[in-house]
Amino acid sequence: MAETQTIAARNLAAPPLRPEYLRDTIAGGDIGVVQRPLTVWQRLVNQAWLRKVFILVVIASAWELYARQLNNPLLVPTFTATVQAFQAGIVGGDLLEKVFNSVVLLLKGYAMGLGLAMLFTALAMMSRIGNDLLETLTSAFNPLPAIALLPLALIWFGLGDVSIIFVLVHSVLWAVALNTHSGFRSVSNTLRMVGRNYGLTGLRFIAQILIPAAFPSILTGLKIGWAFAWRTLIAAELVFGVSSGKGGLGWYIYENKNMLDIPAVFAGLLTVILIGLAVENLIFRNIEAITVRRWGMQS
Amino acid sequence: MNAPPSAAPPGQTPLLQVQGVTLQYRTEKHLVTATYRVSFDVYDADRFVLLGPSGCGKSTLLKAVGGYMAPTEGSMQLKGQPVRGPGADRVFVFQEFDQLLPWKTVKQNVVFALEASGKMRGKAAEAQAMRYIEKVNLAKFADSYPHTLSGGMKQRVAIARALATEPDVLLMDEPFAALDALTRQRMQDELLELWNETRFTMLFVTHSIPEAVLLGNRILLLSPHPGQVKGELNSDGKDPVDPASGHKLSDRIHDMLFADRIEEQEVAGHG
Repeated sequence: MAETQTIAARNLAAPPLRPEYLRDTIAGGDIGVVQRPLTVWQRLVNQAWLRKVFILVVIASAWELYARQLNNPLLVPTFTATVQAFQAGIVGGDLLEKVFNSVVLLLKGYAMGLGLAMLFTALAMMSRIGNDLLETLTSAFNPLPAIALLPLALIWFGLGDVSIIFVLVHSVLWAVALNTHSGFRSVSNTLRMVGRNYGLTGLRFIAQILIPAAFPSILTGLKIGWAFAWRTLIAAELVFGVSSGKGGLGWYIYENKNMLDIPAVFAGLLTVILIGLAVENLIFRNIEAITVRRWGMQS
Repeated sequence: MNAPPSAAPPGQTPLLQVQGVTLQYRTEKHLVTATYRVSFDVYDADRFVLLGPSGCGKSTLLKAVGGYMAPTEGSMQLKGQPVRGPGADRVFVFQEFDQLLPWKTVKQNVVFALEASGKMRGKAAEAQAMRYIEKVNLAKFADSYPHTLSGGMKQRVAIARALATEPDVLLMDEPFAALDALTRQRMQDELLELWNETRFTMLFVTHSIPEAVLLGNRILLLSPHPGQVKGELNSDGKDPVDPASGHKLSDRIHDMLFADRIEEQEVAGHG
């Protein structure tokens, strides 16, 4: 009985009646500190490149310590020995020339791969049969390692540039086409309708709506294609000892391994890594900064 | 059978004539009839509202007028010309905030519309763009990218972009439905002000009775499953009391639309 009574009493309870009030607010400029500059440390920590350099320094130190403790330059040369071999390769040796040869070949294969990828995706966007063609070809050829085609390419085109460019195109084409195509297909229906509303069709529609809207995916495709091309090129020169006439970076590694100049082998590998880092951080990052980040399509 | 829904006012021909339009679309398992033999006439400077609950086909109807889908029967004529495919003489303002091109600034978005539709280029297009951006009070943000704007500001840009091309008819698909209540009210007032200044013709889809009563001068009521015309009413924006029945306009609409006990679905209401 007592319980029901308290519940009833609670139900009847009303919130206290309080007086109303109105206040004048202060204008924003008079409040004082609305924003405060960050400390030097906070600003340093906010720099992505600084954090990454820190990671690289830690890795290099760990490498140096381990190699010194192991004390076997034939297995793992120290970081300093590698850097010395790298210097010697650039100043006195032919490392720069090899890098140049590799990069030229790489750019040729990359450009041709991109051109073909654009052609395939444009066809796929304009007709259903083109779409089927691209889907079938990418699912068939994308999993096929480019390097597995090299023996065949050597038979068809002989030892030299053409064979390597052939496998490079194969390694770039499918990755880029796949990403571009899936990017095109995920463009929001509203944006498509806006484009058609203002009268865009065909190539103008692709250029003005689909490509910018799918740019994050296209950029991912370009990055993956670039990485695949690098791997394929180095592997082709390394595993098969194929030189593109003048010889590239993979050939440099291959030769130095044969001469048991292991620090130089490490220097060659280091060069591959450095070029990879430079392309990612200088080229792709800047493209991202002036496109997808600026547009708020990627954080 | 497809008798004209209302006698034409003397001396005026309708800008947009929709006659006996049946719209059907295919899903994976069904053929859905969205509207059945819908007819209405829109005159110059009309604020014509398509109102109805979810499933009455009002958005589908607007898409058809926009040229994104062809009717299975009936005809649609704009200025006497049959509607064939999308075109810049009927410009859409969508509900979605992503209708602005994210890779263009506010000004570039409006200029894009003018150039893509072939109406203006270069300096003339920029001047026209700025004129309409000022009209929606966004001159300060002309060089901002869309992702830095609030939802209401994005919709204002979309309206400026649509009006700048000076289309024959503005097609608005619940443009304020995704906004918060306060912003929505402000946008409705601003839209009426804009109409007072420029007297454009608009076809406005909504499922909100107060919005229809406030914005429309003529309200087409649609019943759901499939969408059929229930009637056309006049509104002066002040929700007048009908002398015959003694009811307010909004109450009359409510009774007509929900007499058959169909629950209003305020959420995600795509007709």
